[in-house]
Amino acid sequence: MNSATEAIPIEVNGVAGQVPAGTSVAAAAVLLGGGHPVLRRSITGMPRGALCGMGTCHECRVTIDGVPQRRSCIVECQPGMRIHTDER
Amino acid sequence: MSAERRFEIVVVGAGPAGIAAACAAAESGARVAVLDENPAPGGQIWRRTTSGPAAEWLSRARRARVEFFSGASVYSAAISHGAPASARFELLAEVNDAPRRVCAGRVVFAVGARELFLPFPGWTLPNIFGLGGLQALVKGGLPIADRDVLVAGSGPLLLAVSEYILSRGARVVGIAEQASAPAVRRFATGLWRHPHKLAQGIKLKAKLAGVPCWNGTWPIEAEGESMVRRVRLTNGVRSWAVRCDILACGFGLVPSLQLPTLIGCRTHDHHGQRAVTVDDRQRTSVENVFCAGEPTGIGGVDVALVEGLIAGYAAAGNDSAAIALRARRETERRFAERLHRAFALRPELRRLAEDSTIVCRCEDVALRDLVPCGSWKDAKLRTRCGMGPCQGRTCGPAAAHLFGWDVRDTRPPLQPVTVGTLASLST
Repeated sequence: MNSATEAIPIEVNGVAGQVPAGTSVAAAAVLLGGGHPVLRRSITGMPRGALCGMGTCHECRVTIDGVPQRRSCIVECQPGMRIHTDER
Repeated sequence: MSAERRFEIVVVGAGPAGIAAACAAAESGARVAVLDENPAPGGQIWRRTTSGPAAEWLSRARRARVEFFSGASVYSAAISHGAPASARFELLAEVNDAPRRVCAGRVVFAVGARELFLPFPGWTLPNIFGLGGLQALVKGGLPIADRDVLVAGSGPLLLAVSEYILSRGARVVGIAEQASAPAVRRFATGLWRHPHKLAQGIKLKAKLAGVPCWNGTWPIEAEGESMVRRVRLTNGVRSWAVRCDILACGFGLVPSLQLPTLIGCRTHDHHGQRAVTVDDRQRTSVENVFCAGEPTGIGGVDVALVEGLIAGYAAAGNDSAAIALRARRETERRFAERLHRAFALRPELRRLAEDSTIVCRCEDVALRDLVPCGSWKDAKLRTRCGMGPCQGRTCGPAAAHLFGWDVRDTRPPLQPVTVGTLASLST
């Protein structure tokens, strides 16, 4: 992990912010979303958030830079990344 | 990494077993690559760890010129019988959405384990995490400072993760261990045989002084609207509610078998779970395929390291070095056996889910939809259980635990891949 002082500019649901280098997209979505843990809706509309933290369960799927269904827990934030959560 | 690469030995998985295997093989003179889907080597237990044994093993691997490919998600593996022996195994990986083909003469599967999730009412609520899951997410920057965390499940990992959570500024409101108090006591008193682990245990307990620990206790229901607010616990006699912001819940680990099974490795029953069958040199039933660590039966980091070394030496043809480690492997495995006995899951945990409880989280399949099904295959066809993006990785082990179903059915791609990658698979 890079030094924690390095800040990465990203955008979550249209809101710009910064996270420490090395932050996962899953963590960034919660950090910039005011602690709100819901990352997506299930196929019947139930709220879901990260579960396994290791890319296995696919519960943390979000859209990253227009690519849907990315496992946000195993992707690290990159400068300029645009993240969209809570999509069916 | 260019589109196609060849190595003498490819190790899949960069946790302790994979790193040890790569070190042993490379130090024995082989050209070794390690493929791993995480952003950096270390696996789950050494995730983002830059000191101690993790750092020592990684610098040993670098000295031995092991090539690491991180972010490489292996989604298929095959044996091409027409190919020369040095390129018999063909692994297909997706790296940043681009397909890569990696060929090798010998393969070591060190693909680790995942957590066992048992469905109970409310378990799909956000802010309910796996035990290792929460730790991994916090290491990735998930904020937990000043949050109230309830820890539940089974095994020493409950204490280790609780200590980690405390160190990151959260409060641990309680630790619910499903194993009975006498079982936990027997395990603790037997630890004198493993002084290193006894010392670790005493240190952990000291750091957790003041945290309520309930043995013989397990969660039966989680409540909340868009996230967990309260968890009901029981000790089988009475039940009570605990308020919390986060529930970290871990009922042990499940060997990852997708890749070994896909290539045809034989498995056997190990404490009620399937595990890859290996011999004293970590050879599987498929020639030139080796397996080490959790897939051969859950055993923890010390078993993984010694099995990794043995597999790496054997894969590189350094049989004498492999054989020399046999006794050490037995010692480490004995400790793992003690764990399995002490923290065996109680039968009540099979009956936590109610009719409306979701079992398959990808397809929202409830318990009541699965009850009429006769088998895992039947369930998949009738309900789409296990057919979503995770391909049954979460609900499969749960269904095996709840219904006793055989949930082995592995077909590529093992992970969802882009259409472009799929197209390249058929060429």
